[in-house]
Amino acid sequence: MREMIIIIISAVLINNIVLSQFLGICPFLGVSKRLSSAIGMGVAVIFVLTLSSLITWAVQIFVLDKLGIGYLQTIAFILVIAALVQFVEMVMKKNTPDLYNALGVYLPLITTNCAVLGVAIINIQESYTFMQTFANSLGNGIGFTLALILFAGIRERLEDADLPKSMSGLPIALITAALMSISFLGFTGLL
Amino acid sequence: MSLFKEFSKGIIRENPLFRLVLGTCPSLAITTSVDNALGMGVAFTGVLIASNMVISALRKIIPDSIRIPSYIVIIAAFVSVVDMLLHAFSPDIYESLGIFIPLIVVNCIILGRAEAFANKNSVLPSFMDGLGMGVGYTLALTIIATIREVLGAGTFLGYAVMPVSAPSVLIMILPPGAFLTLGCTLAFLNMMQNRKKLKNKRNPQIKLNEQVAQLASSN
Repeated sequence: MREMIIIIISAVLINNIVLSQFLGICPFLGVSKRLSSAIGMGVAVIFVLTLSSLITWAVQIFVLDKLGIGYLQTIAFILVIAALVQFVEMVMKKNTPDLYNALGVYLPLITTNCAVLGVAIINIQESYTFMQTFANSLGNGIGFTLALILFAGIRERLEDADLPKSMSGLPIALITAALMSISFLGFTGLL
Repeated sequence: MSLFKEFSKGIIRENPLFRLVLGTCPSLAITTSVDNALGMGVAFTGVLIASNMVISALRKIIPDSIRIPSYIVIIAAFVSVVDMLLHAFSPDIYESLGIFIPLIVVNCIILGRAEAFANKNSVLPSFMDGLGMGVGYTLALTIIATIREVLGAGTFLGYAVMPVSAPSVLIMILPPGAFLTLGCTLAFLNMMQNRKKLKNKRNPQIKLNEQVAQLASSN
């Protein structure tokens, strides 16, 4: 239990997936203009990231390793993730239309979110057990959501700021991210 | 002539990183040294050219409704090939690029070029488009990596270039330096473009000349 808590804290704060591992930068820059859409995207990512990490872990252990075809890892994982996202979308549409209306638009974007594939591969590289995989992917999902929501909050304020013309838009967003990244560096000595 | 145009547009006018702001993840993560940037650029260009050519060759065979999954499988196959080649022939680069080699699969530039260019054009233009975009991306990565390596470690390609008395700015090779460098580079490019626009506005003659040139080239 103690070990799982350490994995989660380390994934959320110390090795934050966006601000220190640079995975999932595209949605981080793309979906952070409004706080409400940031929350929707964050929840969708936590859900898909955890589910896909567990399934790809099972695929790796029970299929790829058993058959000795580890070199197909990239193809197998991306197919599993793409199929899973499609499946989740269909199930949501049928059973929980409210949730689908809230998160539906973000789901297709997640297939090409490198955080999902990245975390799935990291779990295998670190040779985590099933529970450790669960903790790590949940922690990374929460870390992504935390960074995205904080960033969206700052960007909403920045919109009213009086900026030089060439700085407005992406450049100032990236510099904001740099400052956030510096503050997350402060967690390095936490554990 | 038009083939050369397909090549050259990726380098400045439609540079995938600086103009279209695609493929930002690797551009932030692996630009701590110029070595890594060049390695990533070559691997990326290889995958982009190969996938562009295959997709454009198969563009009449792949049904429209399942084209995205088909593209992803084609791209993933080439990424696996590049992954194994790098592992076998340059283990150092393979080590330092790490997880970002398999992640070329989800690099939006490759899927973007497949969707925007390769499935509408024949093989040779697709090859030139892939080459141009690849070279443009490599160039952008190298520029960012040069700034970060020279300021952060005081070296270029491993050779010391800064005077010994100049302190190295450690933050540039830490994660925040990546965001800072890309942000400032984009701001600088925006500034140059704004200045150019302003100049054109002041000199109507230049604008007129450009319009004439555009008309001439479109005919």
